[in-house]
Amino acid sequence: MPGPMRTHAPLDKAQAASRRGALAKLAAFLAGGLATLPPLVAGAWTFLDPLRRRGAAAAFLPVTDVASVPDDGLPRQFAVVAERVDAWTGFAAEPIGAVYLRREKGSSTVEALSATCPHAGCFVEMEPQERCFRCPCHNSRFTLDGGIVAPSPSPRAMDGLECRVGKNGEVAVKWQNFYTGIAEKMARP
Amino acid sequence: MKHDQRHDRALPGWPAGLLGRLADFLDDRTGYRALLHEALYERVPGGARWRYVWGSTLVFAFMTQVITGLVLWSSYSAGAQTAWESVYYIQHEMAGGWLLRGIHHVMAQAMVVLLALHLLQVVIDGAYRAPREVNFWLGLVLMMLVLGMALTGYLLPWDQKGYWATRVATNLAGLVPFVGPSLQQLVVGGPDYGHHTLTRFFALHAGFLPATLVAMLVVHLALFRKHGLCAKEPLVRPDAMFWPDQVLKDAVAMLAVMAVVLGVILMPALRAMLEGRPIVPGELGAELGAPADPSQPYAAARPEWYFLFLFQFLKVFEGWGATGEFFGAIVVPGLIMGVMFLMPIIGRWQLGHRFNVAFTLGLLAGVGLLTAMATNEDYAAIWADRAAFADVEKLLEETGNDPARIEAHFGGDKAALAAFETRAKKLDRIRHSQSFLDAVTEAKAAAARAVELAGRPERIPPTGALDLVRNDAFSQGPRLFAQHCGSCHAHVAPSSPDAPSLEAKASAANLHGFGTAAWARGLLDPARVGGPGYFGNTAHKEGDMVSFVRGDLADADEWKPADVEAVIAALAAEAGFPPADVPPAVVAEGRSLIADGERCGSCHRYGPKDTDPVDAPDLTGWGTREWLVGIITDPTHERFYGGSNDRMPRFGVAQDGAAPPLTRRQIELVADWLRGEWYRGAAHAQARH
Repeated sequence: MPGPMRTHAPLDKAQAASRRGALAKLAAFLAGGLATLPPLVAGAWTFLDPLRRRGAAAAFLPVTDVASVPDDGLPRQFAVVAERVDAWTGFAAEPIGAVYLRREKGSSTVEALSATCPHAGCFVEMEPQERCFRCPCHNSRFTLDGGIVAPSPSPRAMDGLECRVGKNGEVAVKWQNFYTGIAEKMARP
Repeated sequence: MKHDQRHDRALPGWPAGLLGRLADFLDDRTGYRALLHEALYERVPGGARWRYVWGSTLVFAFMTQVITGLVLWSSYSAGAQTAWESVYYIQHEMAGGWLLRGIHHVMAQAMVVLLALHLLQVVIDGAYRAPREVNFWLGLVLMMLVLGMALTGYLLPWDQKGYWATRVATNLAGLVPFVGPSLQQLVVGGPDYGHHTLTRFFALHAGFLPATLVAMLVVHLALFRKHGLCAKEPLVRPDAMFWPDQVLKDAVAMLAVMAVVLGVILMPALRAMLEGRPIVPGELGAELGAPADPSQPYAAARPEWYFLFLFQFLKVFEGWGATGEFFGAIVVPGLIMGVMFLMPIIGRWQLGHRFNVAFTLGLLAGVGLLTAMATNEDYAAIWADRAAFADVEKLLEETGNDPARIEAHFGGDKAALAAFETRAKKLDRIRHSQSFLDAVTEAKAAAARAVELAGRPERIPPTGALDLVRNDAFSQGPRLFAQHCGSCHAHVAPSSPDAPSLEAKASAANLHGFGTAAWARGLLDPARVGGPGYFGNTAHKEGDMVSFVRGDLADADEWKPADVEAVIAALAAEAGFPPADVPPAVVAEGRSLIADGERCGSCHRYGPKDTDPVDAPDLTGWGTREWLVGIITDPTHERFYGGSNDRMPRFGVAQDGAAPPLTRRQIELVADWLRGEWYRGAAHAQARH
């Protein structure tokens, strides 16, 4: 290996060189930073795209007909069917979630409860023997009309959904998602 | 060596107090200053120089690919029904996706160029010599890794271009002796191309290859620092430090690379702006072809430009079969890589070094030449003057390309024949190039159409975008028509300059605009009904309809011109295309003329009438989708031509146990296409026909 170039002037002496060096440092920072900016900007721009997306507006979706909801006060699970768009894919009508419907003896009004646990969003299950709802994740319990059974990990009762019964007995539910983990029932946009 | 740099390296202009103490705290626990010093204060013998920037620009390019690649990864979905779709979504719908993908795509190409420059600089400077041999070998491995990433990345959008190019590349891998077929099956992820081809290519592209590359790069850089920069003699200036002198030059070079990349992406936008066209961001940056379709030929298939030389090189071995391909795709590149790996050893002697430089320059020149040849073959028609070959074309057509007849044409004039043959070869090349260019145009149109369909409000079905394309009358109509109908029927606008010759070649009616008033007017025109655009080339040339139009209809006493116009309007209205400027009363008048047993009704049935079968098409719902589907399915049905059907096949009827030539869906697509009924996006709201 050839010896280092000792013949050349030492570097760290000249005062003028240091000013030139500071300028060079600044220029190097600027040029390097500018060169790296486009991929960072493009990356952040695209990565943040999901923030621009809005879910489908809450709408009344047909679920079943009144005759299919026995008037025994016991909730029954029904699938909510709707057309759905997932990024680039458009799905024809298919189950997109579930609700519990119940009807009191002789009543023509139907109550609807979201099957999503208000605690952490798990799917709340119906326990017919114990005549209550139970969330399999953290054991939140709810009464048959969705009321909270204390003590409960869930900060609030099950979320009721607006429900309409049409002229011909068709039951439609306003399909909505709510923020979980908070005491207040607040719809997601 | 211990550097005491407390406070003295605080950023200029920053309060030394708090920041300085924070820096001290960090340094005490990490020793970052010594590390930074180690990294930045490398001696550059002879001072900073531009020729040393290539390695840094490559690291920069790779970092750019990592950043953009990771974000692309977060939106990409490797699967035969989702890859194209997710890339479409990135390119056309996600914010800034076109720029992100554009940078990734163009930087990949820049990286190949930078690799060549880095290699060239290393070889010319003799930087592979002892003790740097291992690092040179590492560099060659890094080069192959980068090329491997380029190759695997090309497939990921799962468009026609990537799909067919990858089929070729993987088939070539199958030529490797002994393990070839297994190797191919492993790479493809099974016996056929599909989900696992994508997942495996994606894992290679974003996992195996970059992980290996990073590991190798770390060693490459460590060895580079260990041996120091290989300075180019003679050293004309005093030594300098890597920071800031060389870093500044590196940074400027990086900025230049990025500027070129952005320039390539944004150039079409600038052009559009200057020409006053709207800028469509989705059309900038990387191309996205039509979704991969193994059932459709793709004549525009080419590898990425930096692999064109290999593509062209393989043509040298055309006619040698698999042996030739094996030789061209594996043996020769293998030998070249072998020589390159031996360079550090060959280069120990002065003559050997010269050989290495000459070999590298020769290699790059060869690559350049092959690339130019490939480009010339593909694009010759753009700059060639085809008109100058009109006489050659004419003679070839006249003689039906029969060598004996061509020879006879020239009598015994050997020189003229030889000159002709040379020009015929040139013409052949232009024709080849033209068909490639046509294929490219067609591919671009197909890609634009696929994008348009993907943008429908209904979005892409779960079965994928290919399903959309396959069920699109605009895409499939022309193909099906050309395949099944075009051998008899013409489909050309009568106003087109090509119309007379195309109609003359056809043996059945020109179906362009079928169902419209314009078409019906031609049918009822005594000058045209017996011409090649209608019945002229069919068995009905002298038939009842032709003689009726030429006789009765042409007689103003029998048929007032207004009555003929009313019938035309009624026919068009029947097909669902009522002329806008005709009052409904006239259409009603036309309908009653059609139904009149003394007029059209004497041969044609119209409306729910119980009459005997006649050998003329029922005009009820004439030209509608249902009517067209019916006549294409079975023209011999008594509703249409019955026994007087000329030669039209029954496309929807099973014959002799074989399946019908066209499925119901295909017939519908042809009918929809003939009627001009297909999805039109905002950008594509073109007029009917």
